[in-house]
Amino acid sequence: MDSALIPEGAKRCPFPKFMLGMAIVGAVLLWGVYAMFLCWFKGLNQTNMDDYYGFALWIWADLAVIAVGGGAFFTGLLKYIFKIDELKNIINFAVIIGFICYSSALLILAIDIGQPLRGWFIFWHANVHSMLTEVAFCLSCYFAVLTIEFIPNILENRQLNKVSFFHHLAHNMHGVMAVFAATGAFLSFFHQGSLGGVAGVMFGRPFAFREHILIWPWTFFLFTWSAAAFGPCFTLLVTKITEAITGKKLVSDKTVNLLAKISGWMITTYMIAKIIDTVYWAQVTAPSMGFTLDHFYSNNAFYGYWILFAEIIVGGVVPGLLLIFKKTRENPIALLTAITLGVIGVCLNRWVMVLQIMAVPVMPFDTWALYIPSWQEVATTILPVAYGIMLIAVSYRYLPVFPQELELNKPAQATE
Amino acid sequence: MFPFCFEWAWDIGHAIFFGGLWYAVSILGAGMTYCIAKAAYDTIKDDGDSHH
Repeated sequence: MDSALIPEGAKRCPFPKFMLGMAIVGAVLLWGVYAMFLCWFKGLNQTNMDDYYGFALWIWADLAVIAVGGGAFFTGLLKYIFKIDELKNIINFAVIIGFICYSSALLILAIDIGQPLRGWFIFWHANVHSMLTEVAFCLSCYFAVLTIEFIPNILENRQLNKVSFFHHLAHNMHGVMAVFAATGAFLSFFHQGSLGGVAGVMFGRPFAFREHILIWPWTFFLFTWSAAAFGPCFTLLVTKITEAITGKKLVSDKTVNLLAKISGWMITTYMIAKIIDTVYWAQVTAPSMGFTLDHFYSNNAFYGYWILFAEIIVGGVVPGLLLIFKKTRENPIALLTAITLGVIGVCLNRWVMVLQIMAVPVMPFDTWALYIPSWQEVATTILPVAYGIMLIAVSYRYLPVFPQELELNKPAQATE
Repeated sequence: MFPFCFEWAWDIGHAIFFGGLWYAVSILGAGMTYCIAKAAYDTIKDDGDSHH
């Protein structure tokens, strides 16, 4: 039915089967959209946020998707600025994943502000003393960059590419992509950093507060570093999932191993910095504010030392080491374990830096605030996942996302 | 926000924030304008060549 739109030579599942899959995921998407409209029309009383606990579950999701979406800017930086040409085999997919992550982040913010029609206020009535204003500026601009990076891939669709203007436009955009990629890297550095930089101004939250270098707290650099380190893990993980679902090899082992190796070294160096930061915070910063480390991990039913161990060792040191050694990196199970743990690790880091800081008691009369999100928060947090699956499915079906697909699946396709 | 808006102030905060924003937007705008204009030129050139 839609064979004229499918990339030449590529095999795809029958159209009814594709539509059935889309309908199932679409139902989840509609559930999320329903919850989103509830939040918009009835207000933020649909969430379990209150005056004490002002971050909904979706703020964690927001920071998590921005972190794992970092694979797009970092892979773009490596491909277009550092000229690592091997990454041309995965850059399209990295861009699509980044596009999904950042559009999801903007959607989450549109829900979070409660009054999306006033979203433009942040540009017109900007508070130029707020790091989050800078985050909003950079997020919007970087989303524009990702859209620009995604457009040539869309225009390379079999039918669209027959239109002369679109063909030339895609070609010309490829020609100047390095300029867009450099702009994207610049914007990403600042918004990833500023999300981490928030910790530097949270004097009233000793669990989050970090020391500075000039105006930048250590977490500014740690957030940017972690996004660049773990973002490629997410790109590789989604690639592996897509390969498992389609039953095809889509990216060569050489490309996967190269990106995994770079990610491994980034994770390992990040973890060294993160451990130094944690030790300094635990030994110097927190005690100077009258707190011991035990205070942050005891007397409650959920947050124990296990979360610190899980974030730093299981989700950081272990994947880093698995990826830097050739033997483990080239072992498919070890590779899959490492990239999965890496993605969990960075999401856990954002959880700790967003939700645990709100839960820790600050005043002597405070108690732990263990937050249970409402179903509307859960639905709106799952919404971007359903949207992402659908966009990846449509892109894979109709766009030449993986340049090596035909070459890597020659024997299999010849028998079909 | 633009300098002709009543809320604007010529201070370092506005200069850094909006300088950065307009700088990024200008690069993206100029880059896309170049790509679209060149694509239009190439398309017209192709059409012209095909008539000969």
